[in-house]
Amino acid sequence: MIALIAESPALPLHEAGKYVAGAYIVLLAMVLVYVAIMAVRMSRTERELGELLAELDRREAGESPPREPGSAS
Amino acid sequence: MTAALALVFFYAPLEAEQGFLQKIFYLHVPLAIVSLCGFVLGGILAIAHLRTRDARWDYRSYVVIHMALIFGLATLITGSIWAKGSWGHWWVWDEPTLVSFLIVFLLYATYQPLRFAIEDPERQARYASVFAITAGAFVPLNFIAVRMSSAFLHPRVLGSTSNLPGPMALTFLVSLAAIALLYATLCKYELTAKHTRAQVRALRRRLAGEEEGDDGGRAPTRSAAPSAPPVPRTAARSAG
Repeated sequence: MIALIAESPALPLHEAGKYVAGAYIVLLAMVLVYVAIMAVRMSRTERELGELLAELDRREAGESPPREPGSAS
Repeated sequence: MTAALALVFFYAPLEAEQGFLQKIFYLHVPLAIVSLCGFVLGGILAIAHLRTRDARWDYRSYVVIHMALIFGLATLITGSIWAKGSWGHWWVWDEPTLVSFLIVFLLYATYQPLRFAIEDPERQARYASVFAITAGAFVPLNFIAVRMSSAFLHPRVLGSTSNLPGPMALTFLVSLAAIALLYATLCKYELTAKHTRAQVRALRRRLAGEEEGDDGGRAPTRSAAPSAPPVPRTAARSAG
C-alpha cells in the first residue's frame, strides 16, 4: 500500500477534476435529495393541517347557535 | 459553506503529491469528523434520556444519529472517489481507517432496524439509548485503536496540524465549521419537521375524540422513529 501511494503521481487537472467534481456533486446531490424528501413530508403535513382546520371550522359552524338575520357584520 | 468552497478552490494551494485531487480532503475529512462526532453526541443524548426518562432526549438522539448516518454515507462515497483517483481502486480492504469507518457505519446502520423491531415505545427508546451509548463509546475507542495501530498507513493530517501550511489549515478549519453548521441546520430542520408532524397527529386524534391519556400521544402506527412528546393541553390552549 505504501509503495502504491508513493508511486502515485500527482494527477493532471483534467483527470483529477472529474473526481473532485464528483465528490462535491455527490454531497450536493445528497443534501438536495434530503431537502426534497423533507419538503414532500412538510407539504403533506401542511395538507393534513389544512384538513384539520377545515374540520374544526365545520364543527364550530355546526355547534354555534344560529345567528339572527342581519346581525352578522 | 460558500466561504469554505471559495477558500478550497481559490485560496488553498495545490498539494505537492496529489495536486488538485487533494481538494477532496476539505470535504471528506470534515464529513468524517462531523459524522463520528454526531454518533458520539447521539450517545451523550441517550445518557440524558436514560437519566431523566424524558422522551425528548431520545427524540434528539435519534435525529442526531440519523443525520450522522447520512453524513457517514457521504464520507464513504467521497472517500471511495478519492481512493479511486489517488490509488486507482474504489475500495482498499487492507486500509484500517477505511474498514474501521465502514464497521462503525454498518454498526449504526442497525440502529433503525433495532428500533423498528421493538413495538413498545418505552422499550424501544430504552433499548435504543443503550445501543447509542454502547456504540457511541465504541467510536472513539475504535478511532484511537486504528490511529495507534496504523499511524504510518493512512495519510495523517488531523492531529498533526503543524504538517499543514497556514492557508491549508485555515481552509480545512473553515470547511469543518461549514460542514458542522450544515449538520446542525439539517438536524434542527428534521427535529422541527418531525415535531410538527407529531403535533398534527395529536391534533387529529384529539379532534377524532380520542383521549390523549390513553396512549400518551404516541403515533398509532409502528415506526422506527420515536414519537414527539405530547404537547400539554394548557400550553396548546395558551399558545392558541
